[in-house]
Amino acid sequence: MAETATLPQFPDVPAGTVPEGTPPDVAAAIALGLTADEYALVVEQMGRNPTQVELAMFSLMWSEHCSYKHSKKLLGTLPTEGESLVLGPGENAGAVQAANGWIAAFKVESHNHPSAVEPFQGAATGVGGILRDIFALGARPVAVLDALRFGEPQDSERSRFLLDGAVSGIGHYGNLIGVPNIGGDLYFEGPYETNCLVNAMAIGLVRKETMMFSAAKGVGNALVVFGASTGRDGIGGASVLASAELGEDDADKRPTVQVGDPFEEKKVMECSLELLERGLIVSLQDCGAAGLTSAASEMASKGEVGLDVDVALVPLREDGLEPFEIMVSESQERMLCVAAPDKLDEVLAVCAKWEVYGSAFGQVTDTQRFRIFDGGTLVGDMPVPALVDDCPMYDIYPEKPTSSLYPAPPRRIADDATPGEILKALLASPNLADRTPLFQQYDQMVQSRTVRRPGTAGAAVLAIPDAADRLAPHEIHAAEIGAAPGFEGDHNHDPESARPGIAASIDGSGRRVAADPYAGTIWNVLECASNLATVGARPLGLTNNLNFGNPEKPAIAWQLTESIKGLGDACRALDVPVVGGNVSLYNEGTTGPIYPTPVIGMVGELPDSRTTAPLGFANDGDVVAGVGFSFPQIPLSELSKLRGGEIPDGLPGWDLAVARETIEAVRDAVRRGDLSSCTDVAEGGMAVAITESAIAGGKGVTLDLRGGVGMDREDWKERLAQEGKSLATDEEILFGEAPANFIVSGTPDALAQLGESVWVRNLGVVGGDRVSITCGDLALDESLEDLTAAWSGGLKPYFP
Amino acid sequence: MSVRFGVVRFPGTCDEIDALRACAAVGDAELLWHGDADLKDVDVVVIPGGFSYGDYLRVGALARFSPVMGEVVKFAESGGAVLGICNGFQILAESGLLPGALLPNLSLRFVCREVDLVVGTDRTPFTSGFDVGETIEVPAKHRCGRFYVPDDQLAELKANDQVLFRYADGHNPNGSVDDIAGVCNVAGNVAGLMPHPEHAVDALMGSLDGLRMFASAAGRAGVAA
Repeated sequence: MAETATLPQFPDVPAGTVPEGTPPDVAAAIALGLTADEYALVVEQMGRNPTQVELAMFSLMWSEHCSYKHSKKLLGTLPTEGESLVLGPGENAGAVQAANGWIAAFKVESHNHPSAVEPFQGAATGVGGILRDIFALGARPVAVLDALRFGEPQDSERSRFLLDGAVSGIGHYGNLIGVPNIGGDLYFEGPYETNCLVNAMAIGLVRKETMMFSAAKGVGNALVVFGASTGRDGIGGASVLASAELGEDDADKRPTVQVGDPFEEKKVMECSLELLERGLIVSLQDCGAAGLTSAASEMASKGEVGLDVDVALVPLREDGLEPFEIMVSESQERMLCVAAPDKLDEVLAVCAKWEVYGSAFGQVTDTQRFRIFDGGTLVGDMPVPALVDDCPMYDIYPEKPTSSLYPAPPRRIADDATPGEILKALLASPNLADRTPLFQQYDQMVQSRTVRRPGTAGAAVLAIPDAADRLAPHEIHAAEIGAAPGFEGDHNHDPESARPGIAASIDGSGRRVAADPYAGTIWNVLECASNLATVGARPLGLTNNLNFGNPEKPAIAWQLTESIKGLGDACRALDVPVVGGNVSLYNEGTTGPIYPTPVIGMVGELPDSRTTAPLGFANDGDVVAGVGFSFPQIPLSELSKLRGGEIPDGLPGWDLAVARETIEAVRDAVRRGDLSSCTDVAEGGMAVAITESAIAGGKGVTLDLRGGVGMDREDWKERLAQEGKSLATDEEILFGEAPANFIVSGTPDALAQLGESVWVRNLGVVGGDRVSITCGDLALDESLEDLTAAWSGGLKPYFP
Repeated sequence: MSVRFGVVRFPGTCDEIDALRACAAVGDAELLWHGDADLKDVDVVVIPGGFSYGDYLRVGALARFSPVMGEVVKFAESGGAVLGICNGFQILAESGLLPGALLPNLSLRFVCREVDLVVGTDRTPFTSGFDVGETIEVPAKHRCGRFYVPDDQLAELKANDQVLFRYADGHNPNGSVDDIAGVCNVAGNVAGLMPHPEHAVDALMGSLDGLRMFASAAGRAGVAA
């Protein structure tokens, strides 16, 4: 019989007792990030001046980072219903129904300012934080993706430093904890020079019966903090660092950046999953921004209960921490759980098994008050709703700026560059070049689920296990027939042995949103859905990270308002619910605001992950076709950027119904196994999309982009006329960019079938070792070897 | 009688479930806990990849002192079959069961990619199902995988037929001496390699070649061919 752990004991303090300590003044509140008006509101809510602990906790809970006080009203307009939805916004992550009874939980979060101040630890702890959100739901994390934005590395030592540091940090954390990094997107643009973006997305798998929520339950139950000890790192991270603009003297803010230990997180993760598997706890929550303050008050708020906690029982990594420091510390790798008193022994034994701290430091009460004790002394006593719900919400005052907020990028090529020179310059440019130097620093195959990895297809694909958590066919066969079969592979495509999967993509070019926050955001959503379609996946849900500048400025407020409107319209048009997200504001450095950057993460389902079209051309003689109707744009293109072009004011609207039609037709063709290859047309236009498929497949092509079969379809001309356009120019067709267009290859019959539902133009055939393209008066003819060299060398210099 | 595999789990191990699945495909398999000095009478011990004890101090340096490793050493010395993969290889090298050391990659960066391996010897339980000189495809992923031994020991390794695998031409991801990807002890019962056969057990994920190593150890050589 094990020794019985004791519940924490709290003195019997009558309600209304004023906590110990001299209350700080309004100047202290302002130093912590509250406004004078907000401080007055706190005093009103409390009926007295708050103590030091209380003021520190209010300043964090009422920060932009925790309260969304400038964005909550807008976020309420997003669609959050869908047939596959399991869990919408409000919990640690959203969740959708995947195959075989598995639920996919996923979320994206930013760690921008910490990464701009200290890129390795900032990015590493960004990964750590998003992983905790996933396993707090009881889901085992199965994938990480990331969206990274830096200044232009050709020009800037600082950007190279930030890039190298952030990539190393992401790899360090994800690799060590054993979660594969399966994709991401990466852009280099001047406005990110002093305020880089590091957004990390994680996906986890969970069964409905082991899903866990954060609401604290059961008056008299114990509140346990487990994982790492608590130190002085990350104090004020959510308020002082995350909710203010960056300035010149930000080296001073380094102590607000947390230091991560992925080994600790690995143990905490396994410990959490074992606690859940054994049914020992009734709620679980991660400690992220604002540490114990945010985690515990959210638990109390959701459970509509109160909490008493004793900071003297929190395991510390150094002596002499003040109660307020313990309550606001952002030390990483900590979790909170609630357990019934008779399960406490076992909970602490599981913590001991995984060699992490575990301490029952609090108790659930029925008071709806959050009381903080330091041993026998009451040091804080606040109503939970005041902390969590009563932060004032602010209106923002959008106003479209009269001129562009952003300078033109530096010119990189001459106006008279030939199409071949342009193509090579595009392929070698950091926004388009081969991402292998990054991706190979990440473990992409741990857990053995990764069917499609970065660089092999338009989106990442993970196999979903069967209901008994068996992944590979031999496991299933072995169980069924009682012996291992011959391992001849799994080329049997009968539907009985289908291997369902999920696909994931993360996308979000900021430049197009800078040109037109509404249409640009729609484009980002369409790009994400297009990427899923290339592997045959249907979107189940969407998460987003809205990275913007200071919303108190009218121009930024306008960007944010228009962008959220576009996000909502795109989601409704595609029938994809928003399952959660994150908002990162005040992304402004010494060089002005960042490009408005709504990063979109999507998870989709595919019935059989054996039929996913690869990126690369596969067979000599296959027909190459362009699919899709969106009219290609030059003013916003990568070509225009290389020419030093200004960002245009506004983009044409995209016909969302046609875009959806195209995306779904391509997805269905991939699912039928009809396409030998498939990619969407993104940066660099058709010429680059074609070349990327040629490089990935190691096969050349000979194409005529104007002369192809299907070029003269009357309905296309009618549609163009409706949009008030004549035919596209040669340059627009070659290098112009637009959403929901694809380059596919396959047999003539397969392409004819695809052409029954959407516009398909046969452009030529796969074969040879040259990429040879004509388009009206323009032509290029380059060896695959030269193109590959240009593409694969673009990022190498930055990872020596 | 089915062969029984034990897969060791340390705090920080990442690939134990992958290895367990690979073993279970060809025999019976269970996890062994680092804190228990008990191998549960298994026939084959697999020490999988990951970052035992966070790679603190030096890769594999702390794991060798855990209670289970004392038993693994005894088991190996009595002729038991032991396979170390990646961090497992590093631990076996630290424990003195395998020669050489695994140094940081020449690039000083983590590297994850498919590599081709050439089979060096078929006299271990894990390579008996292969032909010497055969090329197989298995992924590699590590930051400290550069195999190193001094020249005189390298000559000895070769003389004793202890080279388990070499990276094929152009596939050496880390600067290992003589392109060595894995080695075995003189007796041939203990083997270690940096690449990950447990991730190459399903055609859907790219390769089935890794499963043949486990099949070999299970005495099922040839089944996979």
